[in-house]
Amino acid sequence: MGAVQGRALTDLLRIDRLSVRYGATAALADLNLTVRAGELFVLLGGSGSGKTTLLRAIAGFVRPNAGRIVLDGTDMAPLPPHRRPVNTMFQSYALFPHMNVGANVGFGLARFGMKRREIDARVAEMLALVRLQGQETRRPHQLSGGQQQRVALARSLAPNPSLLLLDEPLSALDRGLRTETRTELMRLNRQLGMAFILVTHDQQEALTMADRVGLMRHGRLAQVGTPAEMYERPVSRFVADFLGAANILPGTVHPDGLRFDLPTLGATAIASQAGVPGPGFLAIRPERIRLDHAEREPAPNRLPGVVTGRSYAGESMEWTVRLADGSVVRSIQALGDGLTGAAIPPDAAVTLSWQPDASILLRE
Amino acid sequence: MKTGRTLVLAVPWVWLALSVGAPIVIVLAIALSQPADGIPPYALGFSPDNLILVLTDPLYRDALLLSLWVAGVSTSACLLIGYPMALAIARSHETWRDTLLLAVMLPFWTGFLMRVNAWIGLLADDGWINGALTWIGLGPVTLLYSNTAMYVGITYTYLPFMVLPLYAQLSRLDPSLLEAAADLGAPPWRVFLRVTLPLSLPGIAAGCTLVFIPTVGEYIIPELLGGPGAALIGRVLWGEFFANRDWPTAASVAICLLVVLLVIPAAVSWLVARGRIAGAAATQSRASTTPGRE
Repeated sequence: MGAVQGRALTDLLRIDRLSVRYGATAALADLNLTVRAGELFVLLGGSGSGKTTLLRAIAGFVRPNAGRIVLDGTDMAPLPPHRRPVNTMFQSYALFPHMNVGANVGFGLARFGMKRREIDARVAEMLALVRLQGQETRRPHQLSGGQQQRVALARSLAPNPSLLLLDEPLSALDRGLRTETRTELMRLNRQLGMAFILVTHDQQEALTMADRVGLMRHGRLAQVGTPAEMYERPVSRFVADFLGAANILPGTVHPDGLRFDLPTLGATAIASQAGVPGPGFLAIRPERIRLDHAEREPAPNRLPGVVTGRSYAGESMEWTVRLADGSVVRSIQALGDGLTGAAIPPDAAVTLSWQPDASILLRE
Repeated sequence: MKTGRTLVLAVPWVWLALSVGAPIVIVLAIALSQPADGIPPYALGFSPDNLILVLTDPLYRDALLLSLWVAGVSTSACLLIGYPMALAIARSHETWRDTLLLAVMLPFWTGFLMRVNAWIGLLADDGWINGALTWIGLGPVTLLYSNTAMYVGITYTYLPFMVLPLYAQLSRLDPSLLEAAADLGAPPWRVFLRVTLPLSLPGIAAGCTLVFIPTVGEYIIPELLGGPGAALIGRVLWGEFFANRDWPTAASVAICLLVVLLVIPAAVSWLVARGRIAGAAATQSRASTTPGRE
């Protein structure tokens, strides 16, 4: 989707068939991934999906059982964490409580044989970058949570790694600060030209921040792509469900790949993107379903139903509609131009319809 | 409510007054009295003569200095042996941790005198250690009734008092701090020197105090394992009390020892409170607001 326009598309990190096992359970199973120089890559997944294990394997805290982690042409898998040119921003921040802010930020500079004055200058530069100028002599416990986070960020940026790993960086912040920090991280990613791999369980965070998203499940990548690709062309029910909401109906894809039979509803759907013929699923985003307070002639991409509920969300109204076979579909209508459809009473017979490009055909 | 609280708070104060305050007052009173024939062997009075004697006579001064030296060496030995032990236990797998801690505390299940006596059997000229040394062709060596035996005994006896507070401190250390240090390029030795060690200083201070203070006045171990030359303050005190029946002088020695032993932990806690000693700053959120230079 051209989300990394204007930046080099060279591969920075290449992960080959990486496997990590904890006893009998596989935390990562034969995982392949490529991260490009300068991009903001978001690793998304539920708890236990392996996203944190993958991050820790890249940082060196987890020894892989098999596979390669190649950064800039060097396989890092055998290297201990302190020999990897990668830095991590920890979820807990992990600031050294016995050191002041300046010493925390300067900690990673010791290995470069820099002079005292150069270190001080670099520390000051990093603190300015995260808007904490002149806070060198304060102690971590004297700072607010948001300030501590920015110190942690400055500390991980100071050695100028080619790849920065961020473990759930926004999870400990309150809502307002989270939005601000999102923007801040995106700004730093572009300004520094440094690749970020950010781990999160928040799909909204992934969609808004990422150049590309990798959605993980059971130690594997379910799909990798730009947020728009992931949202508009999910490869499976799991992806469609995880990123945003989706109505999912079972059926069969016609041999032509573009028509979908809904046997329990006696209806047909038409898609603009071909699916794999055979048994499968139809996914439709709630905001793509139109709701009419009328009974219409049967036609493709049209389903009759009965309104069972509605919830008002300010800028939109969400309807729940029961179909003929008892399954429930959600439809979200924007409330921009007056109260569209607000006059529809409960139990009203309605017709749902959608455009062919809203039909997503899935095999699994 | 108010009286209830006063009563509850009174319990420890009464206990302290009876078990600590009163004995100190009695010892001080004896120290200020004159030796006399009879039972008890002193006549109450108010004379600083005995205290002046203890402070000026080189016998007591040397004994005190020797005791401080022995305690210092023993504490260092306990720290050098105990730190790796505590670190190993803190880093061991959960399933082993309780077993290892139990192993450290196990000696407390048997009598102290019995354990010291066991060392006599081990260190004797025909003991097990000399037996082993002879077998590999290095012995026999005279071990018992020497400074070596005394140090071995003290270090062995007081080691748990070093290991337990160190373990308590080290097990609280946030592992992500160690990962962060490694992540920022610090090899293991630098992680230890810059993170683990400074953050365990409160545990080191606690362990050293717990070993040092009782060791200064230690009487039994030097008596049973040490040579006759080890004129430690505890032995001198014992001699004045039982051999010379000079209670006022013995009491004066005890008072001087008490003052020295109060000064040392006070100095340690003052150092800790200054906030330079790490961890203290981390746990005391209201710690001094004067910015520290790292």
